[in-house]
Amino acid sequence: MSLQQFISEALSPWMKKDGPDSDIVLSSRIRLARNLKEYKFPLIASMEESYATSKHVGEALTQEEFHSIGSLEWLRIDDMKTNEKRVLVEKHLISPHLADQSKHGAVLLDKDEAVSIMINEEDHIRIQCLLPGFQLGKGLDKANQIDDWIEQRLTYAFDEKRGYLTSCPTNVGTGLRASVMMHLPALAMTQQLNRILPAINQLGLVVRGIYGEGSEALGNLFQISNQLTLGKSEEDIVEDLRGVVLQLIQQERTARENLLDQSRLQLEDRVHRSFGILAHSRLIESKEATQRLSNVRLGIDLGLIKGLSGNILNELMILTQPGFLQQYAGEVLSPELRDERRATLIRERLKLEEETNE
Amino acid sequence: MICQECNKRQASLHFAKIINGEKTEFHICEQCAKEKGEYFPGANSFSIHQLLSGLLNFEQPIKKENEQTSVKKLECEKCGMTYEQFTQVGRFGCADCYKSFDSKLEPILKRVHSGNHTHAGKLPERIGGGIQIQRQIETLKQELKGLIELEEFEKAAELRDQIRLLEKQKNEQEEG
Repeated sequence: MSLQQFISEALSPWMKKDGPDSDIVLSSRIRLARNLKEYKFPLIASMEESYATSKHVGEALTQEEFHSIGSLEWLRIDDMKTNEKRVLVEKHLISPHLADQSKHGAVLLDKDEAVSIMINEEDHIRIQCLLPGFQLGKGLDKANQIDDWIEQRLTYAFDEKRGYLTSCPTNVGTGLRASVMMHLPALAMTQQLNRILPAINQLGLVVRGIYGEGSEALGNLFQISNQLTLGKSEEDIVEDLRGVVLQLIQQERTARENLLDQSRLQLEDRVHRSFGILAHSRLIESKEATQRLSNVRLGIDLGLIKGLSGNILNELMILTQPGFLQQYAGEVLSPELRDERRATLIRERLKLEEETNE
Repeated sequence: MICQECNKRQASLHFAKIINGEKTEFHICEQCAKEKGEYFPGANSFSIHQLLSGLLNFEQPIKKENEQTSVKKLECEKCGMTYEQFTQVGRFGCADCYKSFDSKLEPILKRVHSGNHTHAGKLPERIGGGIQIQRQIETLKQELKGLIELEEFEKAAELRDQIRLLEKQKNEQEEG
């Protein structure tokens, strides 16, 4: 497979579209957790009970056309090979939990890969909508539309007082997790994040590294999401998050301008040095690659590097993960070999861009 | 203070771990903390459920002596999960657990959701119709009370009729 073709398959179609404020907000995600009234939650359901849940959902949701919500396909997790599952996890279309620990897990995936509905994850149903750039409101509309559609066909576990009943008490109420992935290199470089991030936590929002719970913030990428799901309406939750993200966008832009004004040469050096390393190294660890890619992306956003697509960071972040590297290599790779393949893939990718621009 | 891991660099992180009531103090430098991972907040795989489980167990030591039996008895009839199990895994076994453990949920939910314990969001269209009407009725009843206090009986009568109409609708929906 040619690199170009590989890339186009590795990237979800929704990612190729540009979204609002996409220089700083890479993507927006809305997730709704839902459960069925009569079935035990996946945590304690037996294999038979999990099978019954999956069958029930599958029959209810496939008996009619999905026209109003997209063209969805039902994929069983048990039918997938390890690396296929891994690739879906790396594209954030399914969770690691669904891939490795679910009983009779499944995913309803739309062609655009902007909608994925996980079955038998921690909750019976998890509706996820992904959008490029900063578009939480649009994501919530879409998720609500799908939610209403499903609710016409399945009976949810819902309680007047507690709302949508979820397996974990941290999701009960709206079952909503709204999050945005932000690239904040200038705030990180100027040490302002140490001050800002704790303040965000105090506002009831959570900041995480890009691989979710417990992960480090690699490449200055931060996922910011709501923490509480109870006592506020969906619209208010999204609006509160939106307000904070708008502030962050503003602050990051100001920090970028200040960097350009006050230390242009150092910044240029940092950006081009990173580009040089990515374009020429023969071995590169993922941590370093991500950091260098973050610098290059900043260089593109500030016009210091020309002729490179702004998508390069998101794209190579996805492509250089273990699942994709192995998919591209067509074999299982040891960590050492991965560092070599990663360097090669990045070099080829940058060269490809050069050729297209010539 | 010197880092207790490398015994070379200056320790810059100081913290205490409490395991089974026994307190151990740690003094380490940033580099060792990074290498060790486990000391670094957010760097390890300490999951939300472990945290939550710690939160849920919070009340146990205090109540253990006199209430142990009643805690043990609390069990979900539908799925068989006990309250004790719930505090250990930090997750419910089924939707009915919310009712079964209702007496204990308020403080837990308040702790997790910044003081909130009641849903204020979306109502499912199909099964939530009755609830929606009920919410309307309750709002109108509040208004009605206010109008009576103000002795605005004409307006109050209008509201009373509206409430009756909604109650009728609700009953029809529940029966149908």
